[in-house]
Amino acid sequence: MTWFLDHVPQVWSLLVTHAVLAALPLLLGLLVAVPLGWLARRYPRLYPPVVAVTGLLYTIPSLALFILMPLVIGTGILDPRNVVVALTLYTVALLVRTVADGLAAVPDHVLQAATAMGIGPLRRFLAVELPLAVPVIASGLRVAAVSNVSIVSVAALIGVPQLGSLFTDGFARAFLDPIVVGIVASVLLAAAFDLAILAGSRALTPWVRARGAR
Amino acid sequence: MNLLLEYLGDPAHWTGADGLLRRIAEHLLYTAITLAIAALIAIPLGLWIGHTGRGRVVVVNIVNGVRSVPTLGLLFLAVLLLGPRLPGDIAFLAPSIFVLVVLAIPPLLAGAYAGVDEVDPQARDAARGMGMSPWQVLVRVEIPCALPLLFGGLRSAALQVVATATIAAAVSVGGLGRLLIDGQAVRDYGQMATGAVIVGVLALLVDALLALVQGLVVSPGLKPVPALRTRRPNAQHPEPAPQAG
Repeated sequence: MTWFLDHVPQVWSLLVTHAVLAALPLLLGLLVAVPLGWLARRYPRLYPPVVAVTGLLYTIPSLALFILMPLVIGTGILDPRNVVVALTLYTVALLVRTVADGLAAVPDHVLQAATAMGIGPLRRFLAVELPLAVPVIASGLRVAAVSNVSIVSVAALIGVPQLGSLFTDGFARAFLDPIVVGIVASVLLAAAFDLAILAGSRALTPWVRARGAR
Repeated sequence: MNLLLEYLGDPAHWTGADGLLRRIAEHLLYTAITLAIAALIAIPLGLWIGHTGRGRVVVVNIVNGVRSVPTLGLLFLAVLLLGPRLPGDIAFLAPSIFVLVVLAIPPLLAGAYAGVDEVDPQARDAARGMGMSPWQVLVRVEIPCALPLLFGGLRSAALQVVATATIAAAVSVGGLGRLLIDGQAVRDYGQMATGAVIVGVLALLVDALLALVQGLVVSPGLKPVPALRTRRPNAQHPEPAPQAG
């Protein structure tokens, strides 16, 4: 405990870096997954291959992906961009199927009603389908967020500083305090992400609550 | 890619005390031990919770909570705490297996629980109406019907364990992670790429094997399984979602 009190600023700065390294891939992953999910939904023949290929990404160990990234995108081994790109891939892998399934769950009669009201395809997607799929997409995003926060710490093994550095540091000195602080901070960060996404999803879908209240 | 082929093409890298074959065998051994222990804990528990309907909230919270614990931190913590109490190589191996078991339990538990929980209530009622005891209902109706989701959980646990067993090399355990960690220490990209690719291939092979077993074990009456394909992640019904390690 005294170790933590002595190192609050350091832990805080690692926590902030950790949060950025975990959050950025979520946003980027979402941006990539929505069009891909739309494609898989719009052209059902694309669904199996898209889901299979993105699912394959999951078999690559994160440590291997972090290490190999520099070879693929030409960055330095210590570049935090390796971590962001690798985690974006994992996020996409998880979200594409969720987005496609979420869009598929939008009731047909709603789409027909929208079309009958003269809403064009693009606006129908942005203003009707996507909002209705928000709860499903958000639940996928929550899984991705929690897993990203956990995986970021593995990057400490290749020397990218974040909360995982507390693990390697503590292990090298056989000193438990930093490791425990790192685990607690990481779990709290994951919980914060989870709550933030849940709150965002609720705010974007007021009708869900209205239905529940009736 | 050339580095990879160069590394794979050298026969000296394949055999010997730290050759590829030995590493692959170690990796598979860790995976098998982990899955066996995790299955023994999680599957009976999941079946019991699904059967009795008790403790659902506990499942959801365990599954979501354990997922957020960083594996690397837990690994180091386990080695520092358990290591000094254990003799020789076990000092590093046992904590590593422990951490992998912790990682494998949530998908297995979720799969077993959701499998039983989603059994058609009519099938359950019919079984009861035929005079089956609760035990018979579980063994003859609920478990067979739960197998597709149970296998879903097992396969995602296997994927995670195969991928994550690599970081055990950070605490001087064997397995394919050695290629990643040792390769990085000497900046040998060929060795690292080899490790990464073999782990990926191994994960696919293990998944294919389990898919084969699933095909043999699951009753034909339950195929195809649309429920498995269209399930959506849901906080109330934790899907044995894949999580990379």
